[in-house]
Amino acid sequence: MNGSLAVFKRELKSYFATPVAYVFLVIFLFFSGYLPFRQGFFEIRQADMRLFFSNLPLLFVFMVPCTAMRLWSEERKSGSIELLLTLPITVSQAVWGKFLASWFFMIIALLLTIPMPITIIYLGNPDVGAMLTGYLGSFLMVGGFLAIGCFFSSITKNQVISFILSVTVLSILVYAGMPTTLNYLSSFLPAGMVSAIETMSFLSHFESIQRGVIEFKDIAYFILLIIGWIYACIVILNERKVS
Amino acid sequence: MIEVNKLSRSFGPIVAVDNISFSMTKGEVLGFLGPNGAGKTTAMRMLACFLRPDSGTAKVCGYDILEEALQVRQNIGYLAENAPSYDEMTVGSFLNFICDCRQINNPEREKALDKAVKMCSIESVYHQSIETLSNGYRRRVGLAQALIHDPPVLILDEPTDGLDPNQKYEIRQLIKNMSKEKCIIISTHILEEVEVVCSRIIIITNGKLLVDSTPKGLKEEHSASLDEVFRKITCKR
Repeated sequence: MNGSLAVFKRELKSYFATPVAYVFLVIFLFFSGYLPFRQGFFEIRQADMRLFFSNLPLLFVFMVPCTAMRLWSEERKSGSIELLLTLPITVSQAVWGKFLASWFFMIIALLLTIPMPITIIYLGNPDVGAMLTGYLGSFLMVGGFLAIGCFFSSITKNQVISFILSVTVLSILVYAGMPTTLNYLSSFLPAGMVSAIETMSFLSHFESIQRGVIEFKDIAYFILLIIGWIYACIVILNERKVS
Repeated sequence: MIEVNKLSRSFGPIVAVDNISFSMTKGEVLGFLGPNGAGKTTAMRMLACFLRPDSGTAKVCGYDILEEALQVRQNIGYLAENAPSYDEMTVGSFLNFICDCRQINNPEREKALDKAVKMCSIESVYHQSIETLSNGYRRRVGLAQALIHDPPVLILDEPTDGLDPNQKYEIRQLIKNMSKEKCIIISTHILEEVEVVCSRIIIITNGKLLVDSTPKGLKEEHSASLDEVFRKITCKR
């Protein structure tokens, strides 16, 4: 069996062998359902999932680091990194295996929100295509979030530090794309720079996919983000394996 | 089977391993001795391709630890200090994970599992999760993990630490039985163990190799017990 696959299997099982997965799923499903209802999911009388998807980035800023922080910090803390990296698998196989397992776990979490679209389809006549691209966008976005979390998990053996660092970086990347931030920035920055900041943020790319427009640049943004941060993680682990 | 060539490694200002060279052939059991912090673990970690040496290199079964790390790891069974493993897994699923990584597939896997479990006598805890095991059992699970692919080279960092006298005896017997077909490096602080299982002794202090001899030769040379010899050599500095 390929090294990545072995690590993937073990990692995924470990989520469900501990209460981590269940606590996470319950909290995530509660908030991802509660927030749209609070904002008037029924009152706006529109058969779409825009409210649901628009809450995801902010929810992920806190929830994704929770799953990502343990990826490597825990290995370092318990010393099992020494076991893992003396098995005949490469560092990049181990990193990809772990990252893909956490990504798969988050995709499961997102798929468990399926009662939401089912309700909408039952009640109204929504654009199913937009819902599907919305989910596709969420999968890609959560992958990007996880890649960043995975990187910050690899630089320290302290899970709290890794959590705080990834929340900070993720917030910057999310808030940079908010209209309020952009308005403020445009008061003193040249227009070119403001739009550069906007395209660096998750939000603009996620929103255009979620509206049903699948463009190469948005997909490429997330793929490059994932590959870039994971590569950085591999470099860090190759350089510094102990503590 | 193992050729260590001027291996060095430092952590900041601390020189952990300083220019160590030695070589080993099949059938040898090398006792790696030295006071705490002498650099034993660092040296073993480099041989297991976990740490990169600052300079120098080593060959294990003809493979270079820098250039062909994967092949080296395939040929090594490595038990790290404190026998790290994944606490939430059961012993069985942990060993199956090791088989996955080492690409041991059925039907060989069943045989390999059977053999390793029997050798380390962990049948009774096979379905228990590792976090519930005592120190001794954990170490035996670690040992089973290192033996599962029947490697030609074994590197064991304090394999008997924390075991009761019976378990220590069993592990020593196990090492002795394997010694003919394998090349084994053991680090330990228990000198009676060295006398029983090792055919060769290396003592390092402050990262430097001070003695490369046999237990017998060392005792005759200094006409004292190994304990006294060890103290004499390592307290000089």
